[in-house]
Amino acid sequence: MALRGGSLWVRMVGELDEATADQFRTEVEAALDRTRAHDLHLELSRVTFIDSSGLGAIIGRYKRVRRAGGRVLLVNPAPAPLKVLEMAGLLRLMEVVQADPDVAAG
Amino acid sequence: MVRENRVVLEMPSLPENVGLARLVVAQMAAQMQFTVSDIEEVKVAVSEAVTNAVVHGYGDAPGTVRLEAAAGPAGLEVVVSDRGRGIANLDLARQPAYSTDPERMGLGFVFMENFMDTVEVESAPGAGTRVVMRKRATRCGPAIASSGT
Repeated sequence: MALRGGSLWVRMVGELDEATADQFRTEVEAALDRTRAHDLHLELSRVTFIDSSGLGAIIGRYKRVRRAGGRVLLVNPAPAPLKVLEMAGLLRLMEVVQADPDVAAG
Repeated sequence: MVRENRVVLEMPSLPENVGLARLVVAQMAAQMQFTVSDIEEVKVAVSEAVTNAVVHGYGDAPGTVRLEAAAGPAGLEVVVSDRGRGIANLDLARQPAYSTDPERMGLGFVFMENFMDTVEVESAPGAGTRVVMRKRATRCGPAIASSGT
């Protein structure tokens, strides 16, 4: 994770499902508490799988960031996770951006 | 030519077994005439069904989740069943965005129905739950043998 200009960048790796959602939730919440970041960038290029449990963990962080007036951006999602995000309507709430993955996250 | 195959897996209702179930079914699907995109969809559907059993089936006391995956000429059939609490109101449970848990999105059945050709659910309070999902394979040759998607 890295803090850049008031935005917390989180590089996520692997599968985001029932087994990993709680850890993601806990770590991002702690980082948001610690950094007081305004915006959240989720770097997703190395996320190979997301299901609705994973979506729930993302939505929970989205709600927190939005309550404080910030934005959540989904960076470099791969096609399969992107389809799941789109089907759940998350792309109406969060912007998808393509960024250089080596520059994007710490 | 699809050779008939059937695998049965019985596992405790632990979150780590959701990924294990995905792997088993994805491997079976990869050996059939599914596209890479189809296989990704099957993985999500299986993940949703098994997660439901893990999260809702037994509450705090773990129980057994049964996964049956069968390959045949008609395509792939996946059955996820448990002997847990069962669903009190099935129509309500299958509605999008319905969940008994405020932290959850309630989209499991939506994904299953969108990503599989058919989804049948049998459930009753105290009688467990059984979800049967089927998907036809429509391409020629297994995904692994072709170039591109």
